[in-house]
Amino acid sequence: MRADDVLNGPVLETRGLTKEFRGFTAVDNVNLSVQEGHIHALIGPNGAGKTTFFNLLTKFLPPTRGEIIYRGKPITSKKSNEIAQLGLVRSFQISAVFAHMTALENVRVALQRQLGTSFHFWKSEKTLDHLNERALELLEEVGLREYADTLTVEMPYGRKRALEVATTLALDPTMMLLDEPTQGMGAEDVDRIVALIKRVSKGRTVLMVEHNLSVVSRLCDRITVLARGAVLAEGDYDEVSRNPLVREAYMGSDAAEEEAAV
Amino acid sequence: MADSQAYDAPSVVKERQKRARMRRNIFYIALLAVGLVAPFLAYPVFLMKILCFALFACAFNLLLGYAGLLSFGHAAFLATGGYVTGYLLASYPGLTPEMGIIGGTLMATLLGVLFGVLSIRRQGIYFAMVTLALAQLMFFVFVQSSFTGGEDGLHGVPRGDLFGVINLSSNLAMYYFVLAVFIFGFAVIQRTVHSPFGQVLKAIRENEPRAVSLGYNVDAYKLLAFVLSAALAGLAGSTKTVVFQLASLTDAHWHMSGEVILMTLLGGVGTLLGPLMGAGIVVSLQHILAQSPLGNWVSVILGIIFVLCVLSFRSGIVGELDKMYRKNFK
Repeated sequence: MRADDVLNGPVLETRGLTKEFRGFTAVDNVNLSVQEGHIHALIGPNGAGKTTFFNLLTKFLPPTRGEIIYRGKPITSKKSNEIAQLGLVRSFQISAVFAHMTALENVRVALQRQLGTSFHFWKSEKTLDHLNERALELLEEVGLREYADTLTVEMPYGRKRALEVATTLALDPTMMLLDEPTQGMGAEDVDRIVALIKRVSKGRTVLMVEHNLSVVSRLCDRITVLARGAVLAEGDYDEVSRNPLVREAYMGSDAAEEEAAV
Repeated sequence: MADSQAYDAPSVVKERQKRARMRRNIFYIALLAVGLVAPFLAYPVFLMKILCFALFACAFNLLLGYAGLLSFGHAAFLATGGYVTGYLLASYPGLTPEMGIIGGTLMATLLGVLFGVLSIRRQGIYFAMVTLALAQLMFFVFVQSSFTGGEDGLHGVPRGDLFGVINLSSNLAMYYFVLAVFIFGFAVIQRTVHSPFGQVLKAIRENEPRAVSLGYNVDAYKLLAFVLSAALAGLAGSTKTVVFQLASLTDAHWHMSGEVILMTLLGGVGTLLGPLMGAGIVVSLQHILAQSPLGNWVSVILGIIFVLCVLSFRSGIVGELDKMYRKNFK
């Protein structure tokens, strides 16, 4: 936990963030602020620009205009890997694991960066063995200890997503960006991941893209709705789900009743 | 949850790794024994040719198999090592062969830095094109420069005395020196692959965006892999010049860049021993075919083998053997 650098303002803030692709505006003048300790959801219909927005935040895409401020400092001109080094770590929509490495190695490769020996091609990989213990703890935390020795490619899908969380946690991030963490999962896996996110978000800030509204209602402190690249509404779950504009754009007016009841 | 049962992963993992390591060591010792007696069974110059190309292919494999980068310009490093070593040894009679080889290797390393900086940001086919273009540029430089002997190449490079002590004019002495150089190069690659750096390289090859999101500057890691590969290719070229006492444009030609791809794919890309196997097969085939009535058909036959390899056994000979072993003995 990073009690020493708690800020009174938002952890992450965007000002007028815009991305244009040859005349098409995917993200349009978005002002977003995420408060310390919140689990903040970004929802919206397909094509609303949620994933593009994530890519802008982590500099996988360069923004056309606007500013990104993280813990009071502008990070708009930083590179993707530098942003990760600052403690702002993202996950991906499609499960992002290192398939032909074991679960343990997946986590360990995240841990090893702090050693500063990652360019040392003359050292034995045995010098990484002392990280195994910490890696196992992290696997334990996400319920994957029994998979430590399994090649990731052989793990079930839901477990791969959990492994991704463990790998992200290895960096001890201040803020986690999760891109649809429950996408493509069965109900049982969804429950497991929800519980996991709830557990690991203690002392951290989370911004997540999520389609599953029941997940959003169970987890999130605050919700921002994007439609056509722009912010449509913001508030807690009740406020947002009552907003007629949101019902119209996101759920379709009839479905809204059903979804809100979940 | 099911993970509450007593499960001590580290010791299980360690035990398995230990056994695998022991098996590997036994295998390498056997291989070393073969290497030591080989010159009494086959013509040493032929064996040295295989070893030089095997080192070249191993260097190439480090880049393609372990960093996922397909260079189409590796001939430039082989040739640079060869020419620089040849020039040094021919013009400065006081230099011992190992000094010449170190000089050639250093030059190839520098060229590797230059090529790498210019090409590493490109992906896939664009990376291959940039390296090819740069290598063609070097070919032109070698044709035009006076120190390379232009079209004629360098001839009569003295083998000299290793460390000023061991005379290398005997093929047997030369062979053991080349074997030592190969083992050194192979050990460097083996260590690199199984190092902290190798782990990151593997992660980058598996999922580059994820490696970036974990905070790794992937271009820097790729660059280091590229430079190491260039250095070892240069070492192969330098050693080859001392063995054959000549350096020629053949080494700089793009055919050579293609040949090393063939050797690596045929033997098994991403396997440690594949390139050795591939180089052995290609060099032997060239040798046998050159003496047979099919001499003019060498490139056609190699081409057919290449096509067959890509179509039917993609992981190469060593890769397929490895798969068979895993299936039947594990």
